[in-house]
Formats: sequence, C-alpha cells, structure tokens
Amino acid sequence: MMSTIARILKSIGAFAVDHKLAALGGLIVITFVLTGVFADQLAPADPNRVATRFSLAPPGTPGFPLGADNNGRDILSRIIHGARISLYVSSVAVGIAALIGVTLGILAAWYRWTRGPIMRLMDVLLAFPGIVIALTIIAILGRGVENVIIAIAIYQIPQFARLAHGLALSVQEQTYVEAAVAGGESDAAILGRYVLPNIVAPIIVQISLLIPGAIMTAAGLSFIGLGVPPPMPEWGAMLQLSMTWGRIAPHMTIFPGLALMLVVFGFNVLGDGLRDALDPRLRGRS
Amino acid sequence: MTRYIIRRVLVGIPILFLVVTLVFFAFRLIPGDAARILAGDEAPIERVEQIRRDLGLDRPVLVQYANYLGDLFRGDLGTSFSSRRPVTVEIGSRFWNTFSLALASITLATILGIAMGVISALYRGKLADHVVTILALLGISVPVFWLGLLMMQLFSVQLGWLPAAGYGTWRHFVMPTIALSVFSIAFITRMTRSSLLETIQQDYVRTARAKGVVERLVLLLLSLRNALLPVTIVVGLRFGYMVGGAVITEEVFAWPGLGRLLILSVAQRDIPLVQGLLLVFATSFVIVNLLVDLLYAFLDPRIRHR
Repeated sequence: MMSTIARILKSIGAFAVDHKLAALGGLIVITFVLTGVFADQLAPADPNRVATRFSLAPPGTPGFPLGADNNGRDILSRIIHGARISLYVSSVAVGIAALIGVTLGILAAWYRWTRGPIMRLMDVLLAFPGIVIALTIIAILGRGVENVIIAIAIYQIPQFARLAHGLALSVQEQTYVEAAVAGGESDAAILGRYVLPNIVAPIIVQISLLIPGAIMTAAGLSFIGLGVPPPMPEWGAMLQLSMTWGRIAPHMTIFPGLALMLVVFGFNVLGDGLRDALDPRLRGRS
Repeated sequence: MTRYIIRRVLVGIPILFLVVTLVFFAFRLIPGDAARILAGDEAPIERVEQIRRDLGLDRPVLVQYANYLGDLFRGDLGTSFSSRRPVTVEIGSRFWNTFSLALASITLATILGIAMGVISALYRGKLADHVVTILALLGISVPVFWLGLLMMQLFSVQLGWLPAAGYGTWRHFVMPTIALSVFSIAFITRMTRSSLLETIQQDYVRTARAKGVVERLVLLLLSLRNALLPVTIVVGLRFGYMVGGAVITEEVFAWPGLGRLLILSVAQRDIPLVQGLLLVFATSFVIVNLLVDLLYAFLDPRIRHR
C-alpha cells in the first residue's frame, strides 16, 4: 500500500519535473478545486450580503480585500463562491458529455449499422459553434443551472464521440479483442473489459482539455444574461454587472476576469502536458 | 477535379437537410405552449388561440414539418414573433455586419498566427519561441468578454481613442476584431509551429540541408507550403465558426450582427428567428468547409486523386 502511494507520488514528481508549465497548471487546478469545495470556509463574508454603504468600495477597504460591487457585496467572497459554481457546472457537464459521447463512439465503432446515424448526428452538431448550441438549448429549456449544464454537455458530446469512435476502431482490431470474440464473450464484456480500458488515457486528456471550454461557455452564458440566474455569484455574471459599473469601479472588471483566465490557463497547460505525457499520438495537435 | 467537387457538394446537402430537420424538431420539444409564451401571461385565451392558428401550431407536427420544408424551399423562413417582420429580412439586414467582422478577424488571425508560428519554429527553444508560446497560451485562455471590457476601459474610457460600441467607421472595427481574433491567432500560431516543426523532420528537407543550403531559407521555402496545408483547414474552420460564434464579442461591443440577434431571439423565445439564424450559421459553416476542402484539394494533389 505504502509503496503504491510512493510510486504514484514519484511518477507525479517526474511528470512535474518534465513538464514545469503543466505542473504549474496542475497547481492552479488543485487550488481552484479546493477553493470551490471549501468556499464556505474560505470566503471571508457571505457572497450575497448586501451592504449599500460599502457600494463600489475600492480594493483594500477593511473587510473588502478586493473591493465591493455596486450592491456592496464582497468581491473576494463572490469570486471564491464563483469557483464553486464554475467547478460544479463544468465538471458535471463535461462528465455527462464524456459518458454519453464515449458510449456513442464505442457503439458506433462496434455495431457497424449504428455508425451512419450516430456519426452523422455528431457531424450536424459540429456544424455549430458551441455557444450557439448552448444558446439553442437554453431557448428550448429556459434558464437555470441544470439547463446550463445540459446545454454545455450537449455541444461537447460530439468531441468525445469522435475521439472514442476513432480510438475504438483501432483497438477493436487488436488480437486480444479477436481472442475475446473467439472465446465467446458477450459484446458488453468485450466493450467494457477490453475496448474501454484501452481508450481511457486519451479520453482523460480530452476531459482536461474540454473543461476550460465548459468553464468559459458557462461564464459566457451568464455574461449575456442567459446562464446561471442572479444573484448567484458567478464570474460571468459579475463581469456583466461590471459593464455598467466598471468605468467607475475597475476592480469589478479586473478580478473576476483574472480568476476566470487563471483557471482556464491552468487547465489548458495541464491538459497540454497530460496529452504529451499520456498520449504521444496526439502530440502536436492542438 | 470536377468529379471531386461534385462529390463534395453532394456530401454537404444531406448534412444541411439533417440540420433543418433537427432544428425543426428540437423546437417542438419546448416545454410549455409557444402560443401562450408569445401572447404573454395576461393575454386572453382567444388571442392565444388566434396566434396558434396563425402560426399553424394547431396542426399535426408532420404537416407543420412539410409546410416548413415547403416554405424553406421558396426562401421563406417565417415571420419573427417579436418584430412581425420576415425572418429573412431580419437576418439579411444584419448578415453583412457579422460577415465583415468575421472577415476582418480571420484576416488578422491568419497573418499574425502564421507569422508568430513561423518565428516560434525558426527560433525553437530560444527566447522568441518561449515568448510566443506563452502568448499563445494566454491567447487561448483569455475570456473574450473580459478582454473586450478591459480594452473598452483603456482605449475608450481612459484614452478616448476608440468608440466603445456600435457600428460605423473603421474605428468601430478595431476592438471587436481584436477580441474576436485573439483565440484564433493563438490557435493558428500553435498549429503553424507544430506543423512546421513536423515538416522539418521530413526527408526532402534533410536532403536540402545536406546539400548545404542555408538552414533558415530551407525552412521557410521548402517547409512553409506543405506545413501550411493543415493550417488552411484550421483557418477555414475558425472562419466558419466566427460567423456564428461572434455572439459574445457582438454583445460586448453592441455590434448589430447576427450573434446579438440570436441572444435577443433566445431571450424572447422568438422561435422562427432562432431557427432561421441556426440555419444560416450551419449553412455558412458547411459552405466554408466545402470551400476549404476544395482549396485543400487544389493545393494538395494527393487528395483529389484519391
């Protein structure tokens, strides 16, 4: 047991030495996740506490390290709680997309007759920019946290389906799959025990590369007023508010955007590093 | 080549047909009553019923679908719920605004992206490479709306150099173009760099180097044409996405284009307008893809003879 942990730590250490930038990204991602999980403990104030006499207080005001917004709400606390919403929406959305997309991709590879319908449907979805699909889903379902998650998941499904389809096609040509078929194992057993485990690494890389997109889309939807409903402390919604107040209170613009960019940057460099380390075949593609 | 063109066009048509079908049926899943939503909560039931009849919402779905296809074939995309004007007019009056912004952005992105990618590859491992790599990483990480707001505060509010919003002169183009192209600049830079570095490994470059040609000249002249082939595809894809994907940039700078129209129509659940916009976005994407494929086949004979 101890030696397993030691081995894992050692390989993470080796990865960090080889990919310094990715290690930095990993650090940012871990900080982001911890901030989201422990938002209640970390935030100095209630993110929705309105204190009008502190309206637009500049950074450094006692009790408002990053200043206050137009309603006198503490920006730092809102950013910390914003991390939780961002983390929740993006991880659930990408998780759903991965689950459905990978299933569809594997099925399309294994059962030839499903390939046409499934992959054509994916082509159709890929003919739209993600934000347009997300907006369409919001138009159909209405606003709300769950609908934002569904909207993001749907536009990311084809990304997973295409990748999984390509990978599964090459894996199912392998001798060990042929052996399993000859051995009379059921389709479910073959796909679950031989195909899936052998395509997992690139899919994890894909997840780490698509989470920043999900975070950005969620913030974008809130920014245009069609995402997570107010007064939830969401980074994009905070930036929308700063369109009105940013001229006189630049801190309302600067800090939420900085948080958003930092997290997206962290995921991007971590994803790049993981791709290089886990899946040399994808190296160079971006 | 002609046969290749025909084959490619024929592949695009069923995709568009699927798009039309999907777009039509997706909006039949709307929870709630479209006629009721349109009429507003206080409207009397007679008014709701009249809207339902006017829009054909009372007929069977398949009949509606057939009518929709028929209208589409005649170039009729229906009437906007909110403005009561034909969807084609609403879209037509804004199409050029979006298209010109996308064109300006993709031009900037292509020039800067390729230039930075080449510099990065030429000076691989040197300071210039590191600087470009970090810039590109920041470029794919920066939120468009944040960058837009920061530029606005700096160049419009503080310095007063550029108009903060709206459409008109070339000065209105500067900030939206930069905002819309930043991601693509970074993307094309990374693509150009990796594609160039990959090409350099290949035999014909090695042979030329063995003959003693100056290394940088070799790099540029021999590799660039081949290295840029995959970049062509990325440029086309980005452009196809820009026509529909300028949503957030347009919102930040109050740009009177299709993206803002989409946000407005989604917020008002103006279904005919949303449907029309989706069809326009998908059609431009499919057309751009087709053009890119043809260009690619023209540049790379291996493709068209397959």
